[in-house]
Amino acid sequence: MTTRERCFDEMTGVDGVVRPPYQTLSAWLAETPPEVFERKSREARLLFERQGITFTAFGSEVGHETLIPFDIVPRVLSAAEWSRLHAGLVQRAQALNAFLDDAYHGREICRAGVIPEAEVVLNGQFAAVMQDLDLPRRIHAHILGIDLVRVDEGQFYVLEDNARVPSGVSYMIENREIMMRLFPRLFSTVSVLPVARYTDELLTTLQAAAPRTGDRAPLVVVLTPGPYNAAYFEHAFLADEMGVELVEGSDLLVDDNKVFMRTPQGPQRVDVIYRRVDDAFLDPLSFRPDSVLGVPGLVAAVRAGHVSLVNAIGNGIADDKATYIHVPEMIRFYLSEEPLLANVPTWRGARPDERAYIVEHLAEMVVKEIHGSGGKGMLVGPAATRAERDEFRARFLAHPDNYIAQPTLALSTCPTFVDSGLAPRHVDLRPFVLTGDEVRIVPGGLTRVALTDGSLVVNSSQGGGTKDTWVLAP
Amino acid sequence: MLSSTAANLFWAARYVERADNVARVLEAALRIALITREREKPQVWESVAAIYGQDATARSRPDGGTLEGLLQFMCFDRDNPSSIFVSLLAARTNSRAERNNLSREVWEGLNEAWHVCRDAARRPMSEDQYAAFLDRIKAQCLLVAGGVQSTMLRDDAFCFLRLGTHIERADNTARLLDVKYHILLPGGEDPGSAVDHFHWLEILGCVSAQRIYRRVYRSRIEPWKVAELLILRADVPRSLCFCLQTVTEDLEHLSKFYGTRHEVHRLAGALGARLRYDRIDRIFQVGLHEYLTEFITSNAQLSRELARNYLLET
Repeated sequence: MTTRERCFDEMTGVDGVVRPPYQTLSAWLAETPPEVFERKSREARLLFERQGITFTAFGSEVGHETLIPFDIVPRVLSAAEWSRLHAGLVQRAQALNAFLDDAYHGREICRAGVIPEAEVVLNGQFAAVMQDLDLPRRIHAHILGIDLVRVDEGQFYVLEDNARVPSGVSYMIENREIMMRLFPRLFSTVSVLPVARYTDELLTTLQAAAPRTGDRAPLVVVLTPGPYNAAYFEHAFLADEMGVELVEGSDLLVDDNKVFMRTPQGPQRVDVIYRRVDDAFLDPLSFRPDSVLGVPGLVAAVRAGHVSLVNAIGNGIADDKATYIHVPEMIRFYLSEEPLLANVPTWRGARPDERAYIVEHLAEMVVKEIHGSGGKGMLVGPAATRAERDEFRARFLAHPDNYIAQPTLALSTCPTFVDSGLAPRHVDLRPFVLTGDEVRIVPGGLTRVALTDGSLVVNSSQGGGTKDTWVLAP
Repeated sequence: MLSSTAANLFWAARYVERADNVARVLEAALRIALITREREKPQVWESVAAIYGQDATARSRPDGGTLEGLLQFMCFDRDNPSSIFVSLLAARTNSRAERNNLSREVWEGLNEAWHVCRDAARRPMSEDQYAAFLDRIKAQCLLVAGGVQSTMLRDDAFCFLRLGTHIERADNTARLLDVKYHILLPGGEDPGSAVDHFHWLEILGCVSAQRIYRRVYRSRIEPWKVAELLILRADVPRSLCFCLQTVTEDLEHLSKFYGTRHEVHRLAGALGARLRYDRIDRIFQVGLHEYLTEFITSNAQLSRELARNYLLET
C-alpha cells in the first residue's frame, strides 16, 4: 500500500490544481531555476552551521552536534485555515489546563464517570506532590506543543499533545529568519504573518505565572540541563531573546523554601523557572536522588507557593497516549463545547476487544508505546516487513497495556526540495500554545517533514527535517 | 548576572592571557637558542619550563632537554596545565558557555584562537613553523583583547574579564622576571656579560618592552632597571604595578555596581600600595627572587579571595 496515491497535497490538493494559498508560491517555484534552489539550500546550511543552530541526537557521541535538515520550500496556511486551527487549539489548551487542575484537586471528571480515577492516579506520571496545590491562575501547562496532521482539505487531526517540555520553537523562529534572508523578494509578494514576537509573548506568559511578588517585578530564569542536552541551543536562544538568565541547577539554591540564584551581588530571589529539565531530575530530595541537574528543596518551594515552575510538575498525566483518548470528553465536560479539533481514532491495547482488533489489523495500523516519544519503539504497519510485524506482535502481546494503535493516516504532503528536485513529502505541524493571563498562539508553528520518500516519521531524531510555516494575512 | 557567569568570564580571560604569555616566552626561547652553546641548551630549556613550575615534568619526557621537546610540551601537551593547547581549550570552554554574555567579536576571536591551536596540534612542526604559529597565537589573543576593549558594554561582565586578564598577567610577568634566578649563567660568564645582557633583553622582548625601556631610561640594559620597569612603573602595561592598579580600579567599579566591599578590596589595595611606594634598591636588598616569590603568593591569594567573594567558589 502506498499512501501517496490517495493523499492530499498541501499545494495541489487531490486533483492537481494549485490551491489558493499556494498561488504565489507555486508560480515562484515554477519560475525559479533548480540551480537557485540548490545554491540557496547550501547557503541555508551554512547559515545554520555558522550560527551554531544544532541539535544533539540522544545516544550519539557527547558533544557531537548535527544540523536538523532545513527545507527551503515553505508550508502555507490560509488565514481561514489558521483561524479554525487557532480556535481549536485555544479550546484544547483550556480543557487540558482544566483537567490538570481538576486531576490534582477533587477529580470531578472521575466522579462524573468520564475518566476512570485509576487511570489518573495510577498513571506513572501522576505527581502526588501536586495534590491540592493551587497554582497561580490555576494554569499547569503554560506552554503546549500540539502536533497536528492533515488528511484532506478540511480534516486536521491532533496526533499528540505535548504538555511537559515541548521543544522546537527556536526552529520556528530561525527558519523564518533564514527564509527572509535567503528570499527577501518572495516576502514582498506575499503577506506572511510574523512569528518573531513569540519570545515577547513567552516572557509575558512566564511573568503571568509568577506567584504574588508585591512591588518586586517577577524574576524569570530558564533552567537547562546544560550544554550536552539535545535542545541546549534552544534554551540559550530563548534566554537570550527574552533577556533573562540561563541557569543550571548549581546556579540555584533554596533557602527557607524560597529560590535564589547565585550572583556576585549575593543571592537573588527567583520567582518563575522556565524549566527545560524533566520532572524526575528537578529535585533530588523529591525525585531521583542521583540527579545533579536539579535543585534540592525546589519542590518544597513550589509547594510553599514561593516559586512557579513552567510547565508545572506532573503534566505527564495529561499528554500520554492513554489520556489522549479522553481529551474530546474533557472539552465537553469542562467547557460544555464540542471539540473543534478531532482526535485520530485510537484503539487501546488495554481493552480486550480493542486488543484483538489491533492484532488483526497490525498491517494497517501505527502502534505506539503509551509512554514512548520521539518515534522510538513504534510500528508503522504498512511499512514493516512480515518479520518485523511478527516480532512486534510478540512484544505487544507481552505488554498490551503499554500500547495504543491508530489507523495509518494518509498524512498530507508538501513539495520539498530533495536530491532529485521537488517532490512531495509527508508533513505535520506543531503550533505552540501559550497560556498565562490569556491564551496566545503565534500564527504558524514548526512544520516537520519526513525527508525519506513515503516515510511518515517526521521526528528530528529519526532523520526528519523542518520547513518554514507561513500563515497568510487575512 | 550569575556567579557562574562571572567565574566563566574571569577564567576565560585568565586562560587567554596565559596562552599569550606562554607564546611570548617561547618566542624568546627560540631567539635565545641562537646564541646558546649546545651543551648549555638543556639547562636553558628547563628554566623556561621552570617559569610555569613544569621543569620536573619537562625533564622526565623522552624529548626533555631539546628545544623541540620544550616547544611541543609548552604548546600542545594535553597534560601540561600551562600549555597553550590546554589554556585555549579551557578559555574556549568557559566562553562557549557564556556566548550570550560576550560580544560576537570576542567570542569569534577566541573560538578562532582555539581552532588555530587545535589544527596546529595535528601535525608535526619545524622550528620555523613554530615561530609562525606563536606569532598567530599572539595576534589572535591581541584580537580578543581588542574586542573586549572596543565592543564590550562597560558592565560587571567587562570588569570580570579585565580582572582575569590582569591577575594572570601580573603572575606571568613576575614569573618571567624570576627566570633569571633559574637560568644560571654559563660557566665563565659574569653577570653583566654579553650573554647575561642578551637574557635581560629577551625578557624585555617577551613583554614588548624593549622600546619602552630605551624610551624611559635612554641607557644600556641593566638588570635593576629592567626589574624596576616591570615591577614598579605604573605606565608600563605589563608591569606588576600597572596590573594591580587596573585590578584595583575594576574592583572599585564592582563595589559601585553592587554596593558592597569585601576582603579582596583590602588585599588589592594593600598589594597595590606596596608596589606604588616601593623602591627597586630595597627590592634588590630583600632579594629579587624572594620578593617575586612573595608577590606571586599574594597575587594568588588575591585571586582566591576574589573567587570567594564574587564567584562563590569554595
